[in-house]
Amino acid sequence: MSVRRLSAGRLFSNTLVWGYAFLILGPMVWVLSNAFKFQIDILTGKIFAPFTWRNFEQLLFSRQSNFLANLLNSAIVATASTLIVIVIATMAAFTLARLKMPDWIRWSVLGWALLFHMLPTLTFVGSWYQMFAAVGLHGTYFALIATHVVFNLPMALFLMMTFVTALPEDLIQAARMDGCSNGAMFWRIVMPLVRGGLIATSALMFIFSWSDFAIALTLSSTDTMTAPVAIATYAQEYEIRYGEMAAGAAMSMIPALTLILVGQSFVVRGLLAGAVK
Amino acid sequence: MKPAANPQTGDTTKRNKRWVYLSLAPVIIVFLALSAFPVLNLLGLSLFKVTWQDGSAIYDFVGMENYKYLFNEEEIYWAGVRNTLIFAVSVVTVQMLLGFTMALAVMRAGSFGRPILTGIFLLPIVIPPIVIGTMWRLIMGREFGLINGLLSMAGLPTVDWLGNPDIALGSIMLVDIWHWTPFVFLLMLAGLESLDTEVLEAARLDVTSFWQEMRHIVVPMMLPTIVITVVFRIILSFKVFDEVYLLTSGGPGTSTEVVNFSIYRVFFSQDRVGDGSAMSVVTLFAVALMIIVANGLIQRRSGNKGGEE
Repeated sequence: MSVRRLSAGRLFSNTLVWGYAFLILGPMVWVLSNAFKFQIDILTGKIFAPFTWRNFEQLLFSRQSNFLANLLNSAIVATASTLIVIVIATMAAFTLARLKMPDWIRWSVLGWALLFHMLPTLTFVGSWYQMFAAVGLHGTYFALIATHVVFNLPMALFLMMTFVTALPEDLIQAARMDGCSNGAMFWRIVMPLVRGGLIATSALMFIFSWSDFAIALTLSSTDTMTAPVAIATYAQEYEIRYGEMAAGAAMSMIPALTLILVGQSFVVRGLLAGAVK
Repeated sequence: MKPAANPQTGDTTKRNKRWVYLSLAPVIIVFLALSAFPVLNLLGLSLFKVTWQDGSAIYDFVGMENYKYLFNEEEIYWAGVRNTLIFAVSVVTVQMLLGFTMALAVMRAGSFGRPILTGIFLLPIVIPPIVIGTMWRLIMGREFGLINGLLSMAGLPTVDWLGNPDIALGSIMLVDIWHWTPFVFLLMLAGLESLDTEVLEAARLDVTSFWQEMRHIVVPMMLPTIVITVVFRIILSFKVFDEVYLLTSGGPGTSTEVVNFSIYRVFFSQDRVGDGSAMSVVTLFAVALMIIVANGLIQRRSGNKGGEE
């Protein structure tokens, strides 16, 4: 194979890949640019238009808008549910991956996790709504946090299991020889060693909770409404405020963008590990 | 086991056993209360007709009536089932072809700008789906959308992407393909990168063209990954909801109705709790059955392969 043919193949491949990257990035950049335009310029389809922060100001500080509160709600629900899910999933992951226990328990937990993970969330929201309404908890943070915990639990379990499984067996054996109990082993050996995995998994769980629409749409009230639900309501108003909608979209992308910039390799690893189980 | 003579061991064993159950208890409780119980709850509710009077619910036991209604008269649900199936199979086919091609191209393109590319491909996977819906609503809008703007600038007739019943489902599919192809790409890339390079190099000596290499070496070696990805992507695309909600709400007519949207509508817009529950139950069991069958097939496949060796 000559050098020239090789580089022609490379050029073709590069063109293909970067062209595709443009197809992904282009629409996003265009929409984000709308966040900095006046409504009139958006409606007349100007690609280059005067720059303004007005949409963000309107969205965050005008009296008709609750978006700041919506963002705060998203943050509260995502933070709380992530903390809970990561603690309970890691404890269980260590036990499921490394300790002696009845097989039927192990396989029922993992089997159910797999099944539940793949079932459409929408088949559960009606039931959740009924349950929380029956005990007077509909529309509370509790309802959102609890459902986000169960929604993220399978993924957190699978991810943490891959990290716990990767720990060297010798280490566990050595600790056991020294008379270390399971609990002590978990807190003193496993937890410090899977710190990287904990951070990666937490980041993903936060993002998934932050992104959730279906659950928040059906279980939140005006007071607990999260950012995605708020954005969807803007889109359904009679006179759509495109600029503000784009600004809202831009702001709710911040966690994901941060994650990609800071921990890209973590995300890829996490997504792949959780993809096919 | 020698340390058994140690008087402390009995105590430690007991504590260790207790840890096993204590550490699993929260997960099991959460699963039982918020995923298993809701299914039982749905099964129960599906046997009732729920009506509202003065703000309180009245439950009338109707037995299998809701299911009879669902199977015989709820046409919109079956339109949704048909659309969901068409949607799932079509988007996954395109995503696989495109994702695999891109993964091959990235393998050949060398390392130029690789982290930037990966970052770009990750974007659609991690940003909120509702943002994606918003984006495409702005892009596909009839009057002020980007595509129609470009079309009319070029002097071409504009298209009602989301309002024309003949193309609305196609538009939703396009959005889903945009959304999930990068994920398939990442999976395929990881699969390609984990192929045994020695086997690849050796096999390369026997083939002459790119297509032969694909047909006889790369695709057969990737087949397990491909099959698993196809099966699970199809099942996961039954989850589609956010984009439909924001872009078309199932319309025009029933042209973009999907199963999840029917459930949402019946439960939350029409307040037909019994019917919504029956719908959820049927969907839940159908998808669960698919998952179990798919899993069984994949397990058996890998089991057989292990046996031959």
